[in-house]
Amino acid sequence: MIIATLAFYLFAIVAVISALNVILQRNPVHSVLWLILTFFNAAGLFVLLGAEFVAMILVVVYVGAVAVLFLFVVMMLDINITLIREGFLKYFWAGAIIGIVLLVELAVVFGGWAMSPEAESLRIAPAPAPDALSNTEALGTLLYTHYAYLFQAAGLVLLVAMVGAIVLTLRRRPNVRKQKIANQVNRSVADTLEVVKVETGKGVS
Amino acid sequence: MTFELASLTPAIPEIFLALSGMLFLMIGVFRKEDSTQLLSWLGVAAMAVTGYLIIRGPETALTFQDLFIVNGFTSFAKILVLIGAALTLLMINSWAQVAKTARFELPILVVFATLGMMMMVSANDLISVYLGLELQSLSLYVLAAYHRDNTRSTEAGVKYFVLGALASGLLLYGSSLVYGFGGTTAFAGLAAAMHGGEAHLGVVIGIVFVIAGLAFKVSAVPFHMWTPDVYEGAPTPITAFFSVGPKIAALCLFLRILVGPFAPMIEQWQQVIVLISILSMLWGSFAAIAQKNIKRLMAYSSIGHVGYALIGLVVGNEEGARGLLFYLLIYLFMNIGTFAVILSMRVNGKYVEEISDLSGLQKNHPGMAMALAALMFSMAGIPPLAGFLGKYFIFVAAVNAGFVPLAIIGLLASVVGAFYYIRIIKVIYFDEPGAAFDKPDAVNSAIMGVCAALMLVYFVVPSKLVEGAASAARALFLG
Repeated sequence: MIIATLAFYLFAIVAVISALNVILQRNPVHSVLWLILTFFNAAGLFVLLGAEFVAMILVVVYVGAVAVLFLFVVMMLDINITLIREGFLKYFWAGAIIGIVLLVELAVVFGGWAMSPEAESLRIAPAPAPDALSNTEALGTLLYTHYAYLFQAAGLVLLVAMVGAIVLTLRRRPNVRKQKIANQVNRSVADTLEVVKVETGKGVS
Repeated sequence: MTFELASLTPAIPEIFLALSGMLFLMIGVFRKEDSTQLLSWLGVAAMAVTGYLIIRGPETALTFQDLFIVNGFTSFAKILVLIGAALTLLMINSWAQVAKTARFELPILVVFATLGMMMMVSANDLISVYLGLELQSLSLYVLAAYHRDNTRSTEAGVKYFVLGALASGLLLYGSSLVYGFGGTTAFAGLAAAMHGGEAHLGVVIGIVFVIAGLAFKVSAVPFHMWTPDVYEGAPTPITAFFSVGPKIAALCLFLRILVGPFAPMIEQWQQVIVLISILSMLWGSFAAIAQKNIKRLMAYSSIGHVGYALIGLVVGNEEGARGLLFYLLIYLFMNIGTFAVILSMRVNGKYVEEISDLSGLQKNHPGMAMALAALMFSMAGIPPLAGFLGKYFIFVAAVNAGFVPLAIIGLLASVVGAFYYIRIIKVIYFDEPGAAFDKPDAVNSAIMGVCAALMLVYFVVPSKLVEGAASAARALFLG
């Protein structure tokens, strides 16, 4: 038990520190590296909760794909951080006032939070009992059977996003020469070389 | 838990439309020549088949773990959306013959947007509401920015996208608060939860956020800023689509959410809807007066029309719902007819959009002038035309429910609105003739002729369509 508690505090503290570093670093590349550390610690917290599937997904998807993508974007776009921070002081007070107003509103809403008396009985798709199903199986049932319709709908949304991105960015330039590897490989000697027998003293016309 | 094939039956129209959309993508990619025109014809055919499947489908059904609902109300709304989309595709077809910028993705995106609208209307859960809405909006963002080499169009697309994302955020935040209160996102469950609980601050704020998100999608007044720019920047047939499809779908969704799960909170949401309805009517009337571009004018006009339609929502009973549905039906044909005229405003093969370009229309194209005059009189709500009847049912519902001041404001706003509609008629008939338009093509002429004829003839046989709207409204309140 004590080890679990210690592990929790270790993961939690490192997660908070690295998350802070994400926004405090001057160099965006360092920010992304700190972000990766945050993801790892969050994955550790998930393991402690017994959600091993989510933990693995977090590492595979976020660290393996998303963070690396971020890294590429950050390194390819030459972001000038001092330029971005230029207006910081100018807008600081306006931003701070809006933030405080939002905070007060949130406090009012959640301070007086109440749930409907029926809420408990109305819960849909409650998580199955932990010992009946494994994590992966439970998630699969929810996602691919219970919410199959929403899963398919989300797939359509992604399809439209892809079509849209192509519509708005693809430019067909008719005069560009493309490298066609098949043509290159299929070229034979006869296509390109003409062997000419040159008689001595005559030259080629 | 198992998944049975029979549970797909109620969703067959949607599944058919989704599959046809994907098939069209394949056709567009693998055909060598440009297939915009072919695909818009195929799209019209797919819409017709979908409409047939809706009519032949089950009367009422719930499926996909109650995430999806079919009843008389959803079928009525879907048929309206499909008619709007099919007429848009016809206009895209005739537009593509002239415009060099047409690409085959255009009709496909319209098909997917239509699918999103049908999913919105059929949603029976806040999550399915959101996904339907996103499918629709994402297609529309791309359509708005379609002329990517044109600054106005890209600006419109970016504005629409950023504000639309903000609205989706508001909707999601509101939904999360509502979920926190009720413990469920299903409409039936939420209705039960709201019956039991009193109106706590948190859930009221949640409802207001949901309303704000939806008000953006119908471009009601505090959330209307994007409308004129998007209407002006998008290609004209797409503007026609913007003015009917998303409005009809979002207003029907609005109606379903507010009189369904949020019905017990009517005291809370009624005042919000009253406010945005009044603001929309007034702003739609006054801001339109100064417009010179006819597409911008139509944007303000549509804001005003949404204001009138929202009165039917304020009332929140069956009579109001009937008025709203009937209004949407009339509005659909009025708007499509007007856009068919705008699409025929071509001088020497180039599209023109200024209101002053219409001068002398009566001399050069008397038929088109007559159609536009009928449509404009109908928009203004002049008695013998259909537009009057739409407003009449809405105002009567408001008066019967005791919202007399709201009905009076609506009447006054429509008087102001009549000014700019009738100014167009003045330009057509009395101003010095300008350059003559090219001969309108057959499809556009047919659309404007049929729509104008509907406006005129409609008064003779109103009972049939009113009956359709009434039975749809009844189905809404039954379940």
